[in-house]
Amino acid sequence: MQRIGVFVCHCGSNIAATVDVSKVAETALMEPGVVHAEDYQYMCSEAGQAKIAAAIQEKGLTGIVVCSCSPRMHEATFRKAAERAGLNPYMVEIANIREHCSWIHKDMEEATKKAVILMRAAVAKVNLNTPLQAGESRVTKRALVIGGGIAGIQTALDIADAGYEVDIVEKTPSIGGRMSQLDKTFPTLDCSACILTPKMVEASAHEKINIYTYSEVEKVSGFVGDFTVDIRKKARCVDMDKCTGCGVCQEKCPSKKALSEFNRGLNTRSAIYTPFAQAIPNVPVIDREACIKFKTGKCGICSKVCQAGAIDYEQKDEIITEKYGAIVVATGFDTINLDKYDEYAYSQSKDVITSLELERVMNAAGPTHGHLERLSDGKAPKEIIFIQCVGSRCSDDRGKPYCSKICCMYTAKHAMLIRDKYPDVNVTVFYIDVRTPGKNFDEFYRRAVEQYGVNYIKGQVGKVIPQPDGKLLVQGSDLLDNRQILKEADMVVLATAIEPNPDVRKIATMLTASIDTNNFLTEAHAKLRPVESPTAGIFLSGVCQGPKDIPETVAQAGAAAVKAIGLLAKDKLLTNPCTAQSDVLLCNGCSTCENVCPYGAISYEDKEVNDHGIRETRRVAVVNNALCQGCGACTVACPSGAMDLQGFSNRQIIAEVDAICR
Amino acid sequence: MQAIINRAKELLADGTVARVLGWKAGDLPYNPEPAYFETEEELKDFVYNGFCGANLSKYMIEASKLEGKTMVCLKPCDTYSFNQLLKEHRVDRDKAYIVGVGCKGKLDIERIKKQGIKGIESIEGAEISDEAETLKIQTIYGEKTLPYADAMLERCHVCKGKEHMVFDEQIGESKETKDAERFDEVAKIEAMSPEEKFAFFQSELSKCIRCNACRNACPACSCRKCVFDSNKFDSSQKANADSFEEKMFHIIRAFHVAGRCTDCGECSRVCPQGIPLHLFNRKFIKDIDELYGEYQAGEDTDSKAPLTNYTFEDAEPSIVGKRG
Repeated sequence: MQRIGVFVCHCGSNIAATVDVSKVAETALMEPGVVHAEDYQYMCSEAGQAKIAAAIQEKGLTGIVVCSCSPRMHEATFRKAAERAGLNPYMVEIANIREHCSWIHKDMEEATKKAVILMRAAVAKVNLNTPLQAGESRVTKRALVIGGGIAGIQTALDIADAGYEVDIVEKTPSIGGRMSQLDKTFPTLDCSACILTPKMVEASAHEKINIYTYSEVEKVSGFVGDFTVDIRKKARCVDMDKCTGCGVCQEKCPSKKALSEFNRGLNTRSAIYTPFAQAIPNVPVIDREACIKFKTGKCGICSKVCQAGAIDYEQKDEIITEKYGAIVVATGFDTINLDKYDEYAYSQSKDVITSLELERVMNAAGPTHGHLERLSDGKAPKEIIFIQCVGSRCSDDRGKPYCSKICCMYTAKHAMLIRDKYPDVNVTVFYIDVRTPGKNFDEFYRRAVEQYGVNYIKGQVGKVIPQPDGKLLVQGSDLLDNRQILKEADMVVLATAIEPNPDVRKIATMLTASIDTNNFLTEAHAKLRPVESPTAGIFLSGVCQGPKDIPETVAQAGAAAVKAIGLLAKDKLLTNPCTAQSDVLLCNGCSTCENVCPYGAISYEDKEVNDHGIRETRRVAVVNNALCQGCGACTVACPSGAMDLQGFSNRQIIAEVDAICR
Repeated sequence: MQAIINRAKELLADGTVARVLGWKAGDLPYNPEPAYFETEEELKDFVYNGFCGANLSKYMIEASKLEGKTMVCLKPCDTYSFNQLLKEHRVDRDKAYIVGVGCKGKLDIERIKKQGIKGIESIEGAEISDEAETLKIQTIYGEKTLPYADAMLERCHVCKGKEHMVFDEQIGESKETKDAERFDEVAKIEAMSPEEKFAFFQSELSKCIRCNACRNACPACSCRKCVFDSNKFDSSQKANADSFEEKMFHIIRAFHVAGRCTDCGECSRVCPQGIPLHLFNRKFIKDIDELYGEYQAGEDTDSKAPLTNYTFEDAEPSIVGKRG
């Protein structure tokens, strides 16, 4: 029989205001096996932990239950405290009476009843707990960064500077990401390329950094410290070692009708292309969809003009398998599709553009060579209207419920730059709220209003109607003056909501990293572990975790790097002993568990078994405890109940359910 | 039938197989039972007729452990079960010589009796070779006739088809017997209110006497040790926890075979209480089809199982929740 101690935490008033904590402790004493129960203001504090240690030693406890916050928060804390007092850390169970109880209930009586039930379930489980020993696993001293934008580049540089090997996997032909598409950056208005390209060069020249562009992560297996990743290097059709980056192939390529991804489809590019002049690596790729050689078999001009003989039409995708200790996700964002926002006439008029498209229009390397002009007729606009929150802060399912965070600032930037360069152009901004928290941000916005005379109207736009003469009639409301506005414009710019790169779902699934309803990767703790995924060894950098601007992205990229370095600096990690085990006598050998295991931890062997005197060779499941992550998928899939999870055995779970239903 | 016996004799004689797994006559004209035959002499008891509903694929689990090959007679629907067992490594393909036997729909003696035909002495027209559309039944009250289709098992009305999914050779023709939609009965139950559903299942499952016939006949229920027989778990006690214990047994069983059940219908055929147990399994099959795409367990041996194979296209839990 276990000797169990129950410790009920008040969590200040977080729990005690809704749950009668002393009653929970009193009731606990009536549970089978419980020999000690007490409540205290903050169990996680040093004094609280000392109480636990004292009770373990004085009462000779063999197991403890802490009724407190989520085990996500303090399970590790209490396990360590118990271990210091001489108890096996796996003899500790947490009853979550905060997130699961006090925070979600108002009625004290009801909440107390539930807290008692949760405590009872945890006691029932501890009664069946057995001491477990953690094993050790090695750490591969190499990091993978998925995404080569500013977030990925910064993370890679920081990890590499600490002395660890880093691989960057970038889907497009060049690193640089969204930032490379921007013209100027707020609030200092320095040119984006001027600050980004040196970083790109630094990353590519760094002896510890290896960049795979035009490549994608295909498969991830393993676990923290020992991931195995398959990277698909897509066929570039250009030999990276031979190419000198002279650019002749791109000039001579006769197929020039493919839409330029870099310029957001506003102009075209050749079939063999580098996305932009400062691309790294400066090695083009052949777009097989657009290439005449691939479409018809005739052409081959690029091959003929290439002095270096770098063109290789036969090149095949290559799979590289590499081991990593840590993985950083830096997959970034895209603007949302505007199909559901027909009222803004984006699909009807070339002069209604997104802000990211405006970045390209204003950029010297863009489709208009930096001249502000209407894309329909090339005329200089005199009246420009910006519409904020297109798809952001949206209450229906057309858009996103969150604030995209960067739009207020870049719109102020655009407005200011236009008024500066073209003082005769009128600029009007329709906004819901102007949000400018950030160092020197509000000053920046006020400059746009006060110094540059940008006309800000609080109100939303209902409709943009293209007129026969090419003008755009904008119908909106001014909430401060309480009047309807009809205004003609030459150009309308939509501050389109941003969303995580759509590929992130696939990557998150491969990494078993959790994702929220908006496809942003979830952090391990919103406040205390903001750059770590709940999945050990996975770190988050940049907009894949939530909307942010460049300074924040760079700061977070550095933070993710530090977390990754902290992991890579270790030689060994303790492994989770809560892994699956198969009972050979019950195993049918049916392979169900092998098929359902997401970690490839289960294999089958022919083993001689002695089943109550009958000796026979049977096909049975064998779990590799180093690979098993203790997810329990096999235990529920196993029809005969042969698979069981240590620390979460079928009997323990049923005992908890029984205690709850009692 | 004679063709099967002749072939069995040949295979036994030339040593291809060590035994034959088929059916032998029972004590009544309508209850043949599964049987092994090891000699030509024994084969004189071999029968194969409309009452040979038993799915012999499950017997191959034990037969796979015996010396030498076993010639096993499988009807088209039985071959799905064999494939599923093969997929789960429960039977050894090399130990089986599969004779795919023809089938023109199997008969349901309970259904015949329900139509007022009692005191049966003999039945004509149940032979496989017989082309007759009508059964001629001699009873102690005189001769009765019944259209063959009206005497068929429910499962044959929704027959999966006359193709054998796996075989070494085929003997005899099969007949298309499908004349009803497979999920009609399930749809009817789905349309009920929760109270009606509960009442329906309570009235059906309360007939259960826990004889375990459904479990013992089911080719998917092939665990070495069933959780209901094991002292390692509390499952059997759980199932005895209240006056409506049968629901737990049948619901747990349905979950255990979900995604693996080929819908062979043996559970309902062998139930002495006439409980339509197949409806549980068929509800799962319908849900699987709708949520994860059309899937027929046992159609092949290499496709991924819908419930234990994650894909990016899988329905989101919230969608499953909405459906209820």
